[in-house]
Amino acid sequence: MTDIQAGLPASGIVPETAEERVSYLRAGHSLRSWLLTTDHKRIAILYLIAITAFFFIGGAAAALIRLDLLTPQGDLLSNEGYNRAFTIHGVIMVWFFLIPSIPTTFGNFLIPLMIGARDLAFPRLNLLSWYIYVLGGLVTIYVLVTGGVDTGWTFYTPLSSMFANGHVVAAAAAVFIVGFSSILTGLNFIVTVHTLRAPGMGWGRLPLFVWSHYATSLVLVLATPVLAVTLALMAAERLFGIGIFDPALGGDPLLYQHLFWFYSHPAVYIMILPAMGVVSELVAAAAHKPVFGYWFVAFSSLAIAVIGFLVWGHHMFVAGQSMYASAVFSFLSIAVAVPSAIKVYNWTATLYKGHISLEPPFLFAMSFIGLFVIGGLTGLMLALLAVDVHVHDTTFVIAHFHYIMVGGTVSAFFGALHYWWPKFTGRTYSRIWGRLSAIFIFLGFNLTFFPQFLLGYLGMPRRYHVYDPAFQVLHVLSTAGASLLGVAYVLPFAYLLYSLRHGAPAGPNPWPATGLEWTVPSPPPKHNFDRIPVVTEAPYAYPVERRGDDG
Amino acid sequence: MNGFIPLWPDAASAHAGQVDQLVIAFTVLMVALTAPVFVLIVVFAVRYRRGKAANRTHRVNRSVWLETSWAAIPFLLTLFFFVWAAWLYFDLHRPPADAMEIDVVAKRWMWKFQHPEGQREIDDLHVPAGRPVKLTMTSEDVIHSLFVPALRVKQDVLPGRYTTLWFDADRPGSYPLECTQFCGTDHSLMHGRLVVMAGQDYARWLAGTQGGDTLAAEGRALFRSLGCSGCHGPGATVHAPKLEGLYGRPVPLQDGSTVTADEQYIRDSILEPNSRIAAGYPPIMPTFRNLVDEGEVQQLVAYIKSLATQPAEPTP
Repeated sequence: MTDIQAGLPASGIVPETAEERVSYLRAGHSLRSWLLTTDHKRIAILYLIAITAFFFIGGAAAALIRLDLLTPQGDLLSNEGYNRAFTIHGVIMVWFFLIPSIPTTFGNFLIPLMIGARDLAFPRLNLLSWYIYVLGGLVTIYVLVTGGVDTGWTFYTPLSSMFANGHVVAAAAAVFIVGFSSILTGLNFIVTVHTLRAPGMGWGRLPLFVWSHYATSLVLVLATPVLAVTLALMAAERLFGIGIFDPALGGDPLLYQHLFWFYSHPAVYIMILPAMGVVSELVAAAAHKPVFGYWFVAFSSLAIAVIGFLVWGHHMFVAGQSMYASAVFSFLSIAVAVPSAIKVYNWTATLYKGHISLEPPFLFAMSFIGLFVIGGLTGLMLALLAVDVHVHDTTFVIAHFHYIMVGGTVSAFFGALHYWWPKFTGRTYSRIWGRLSAIFIFLGFNLTFFPQFLLGYLGMPRRYHVYDPAFQVLHVLSTAGASLLGVAYVLPFAYLLYSLRHGAPAGPNPWPATGLEWTVPSPPPKHNFDRIPVVTEAPYAYPVERRGDDG
Repeated sequence: MNGFIPLWPDAASAHAGQVDQLVIAFTVLMVALTAPVFVLIVVFAVRYRRGKAANRTHRVNRSVWLETSWAAIPFLLTLFFFVWAAWLYFDLHRPPADAMEIDVVAKRWMWKFQHPEGQREIDDLHVPAGRPVKLTMTSEDVIHSLFVPALRVKQDVLPGRYTTLWFDADRPGSYPLECTQFCGTDHSLMHGRLVVMAGQDYARWLAGTQGGDTLAAEGRALFRSLGCSGCHGPGATVHAPKLEGLYGRPVPLQDGSTVTADEQYIRDSILEPNSRIAAGYPPIMPTFRNLVDEGEVQQLVAYIKSLATQPAEPTP
């Protein structure tokens, strides 16, 4: 039988070969068996490979930026070269790494396992979304090798539509294309969570990882089309001179910003919500305790998804929008911090009287909490109108959103990678190296980005590569931190790959943790469950002490 | 902003000091709200480390009150700062009526300033200390943003639109002035200095700088040379709106609405005369889009504003 037939959602008995029953990794060894697979686990691996490649390309651009900023004259790159470096860094990291990162790899691999299903609801659609992602990625590579694009990842008009001289339309096309991959993944997750939960897996028994992916999927499906339309309008103005955004053609430049941020602010939550889901799992497993306030944590994801749609105007406090509109957006931006604060306090409370493990994934989770808190608080500062007027478009903003997206999302991504790697591969890796890389990433990250808060408040504009020499020391510190961070990001690549061949077998549940994904062998068989499980208890059903014990 | 590692920017206005106070007070609140998280994570990780003996007895009840309080209390405390910050922000949008007006045109990659007395500057802006200054800004091409860190103010500068920014710098000195909205190749070179000068120094600077005529007088000359006076001047035979006493007054439009004749309206009427037609006049005025640049439009606007004090002739 072919892989395509095998990937159909399993209803009842699926014929399996002995190899498939052992592990999804053994179900075919040909390239074709990977490229035409409809197994959610194999597609997750395909995504993992693709986004890792883009992570390193985007990281290389970041390295160029940081090296160039070592000197105030910007000796390494030309003005145009610097602009292209930060544009490609932003485009790749946002759309080809951060947005797909956790959902398409861990969401794809784990949601069916966590809810007791044999695959996602639409396995072939899942494969299609990977191909769409790759197509978008290839267009981006084309932009990169043919000279790049110089608009910033935000593509503000009329700079992008009428003035920039890079490959603006091709870059917009790449983002347009990859958006469909996001939409299809979101749709697939929503339908899967609604229809494929195992008997007894009520909404109140869903792991918080699944809740956060559900909330993320709603945003993906509702917000991404707005971005597609916006970029199409921008490209139409550039190609055909249709006046939409350029005042010289009768357009309105602020309209673009409204449309763009209507997508791109929710996109921030697309990046952080799955990370929060990961951290909820990691904190519970680290503490060996049920997550404190399950319903508060679950619904805070939905609250973030909903309120996240109403805060886009906080990107425009100095853009020329009405001051009354700014006040409303400021208020809502403060409100959207409440559900995030609830999560942080609940994670902390979960640790209380737990059995806390300091294995690598849990160090990444603690690191996430620390960095996310700093990113969140500086976000609140940016929501305060008079403060934003000063630090808007300075490196203060850069530091803030890197604390959320890199300190937060990437730490969670590495936490997830270290937590579920034994499940993905069946192997364990070096715990020592894992701990070291968690610590190096935390230190390197702070050294890179904390100086940028100071620089921003001092008045260092973003997207400047020629700057006031008084700022050089702080820039050198930041670049030193980035070097440490770069090494720390390559480390896991080395020891995780090493573990593939030399790691000890992990067993089904190495941590040990609750959750259906830990009840199947590592790596899981092709169809996940021999028999669809029946769920009889709440998630995180760890034993709770009634009396003092010996740990 | 001295020392090996600068940590805090210069403050050249009262507003800057107020923003700093707000930031410091808010930081104190944030540290107070999050220190428990950082401390408790470390304390719990040490005290309840796996394998370590500890008293782990605890109740499993849901704690709705605890949840509600740690959501609501920080939120309410932050709202106090929301009001404080909004108050300062609203101030930035209410320039005093007696502010000195300077026109700004941003262009890739330079700033052009026009003083009311006619002085023109590129990239550097000289202003008197202790006197409110209002900048009326527009762009010839893309969106720029004028940022003076020492004043803690910033405003985007848009093509096709006037935005304003006002400040009252009270400490003489020379401060960086930057473009903070990415505007293409030489974005990071689009910067200059804001030079705040004591009263007499500024007067001396004005006198020593070749200014030519005042902005309004230059606008008047332009008004003649472009032939505007042929229709809008006294004794014109064409049925065109009179401009004396126009500025700041309501203008009834053909579509029944009313608009205040501010800088934006006058600018639009020169460049896009058919977009908002005054009631009772035929739409016969041609656009001057290709004949004047934004700087010259500002001169014309200054001239028409200078006519505001003259009596309006009765409209037909």
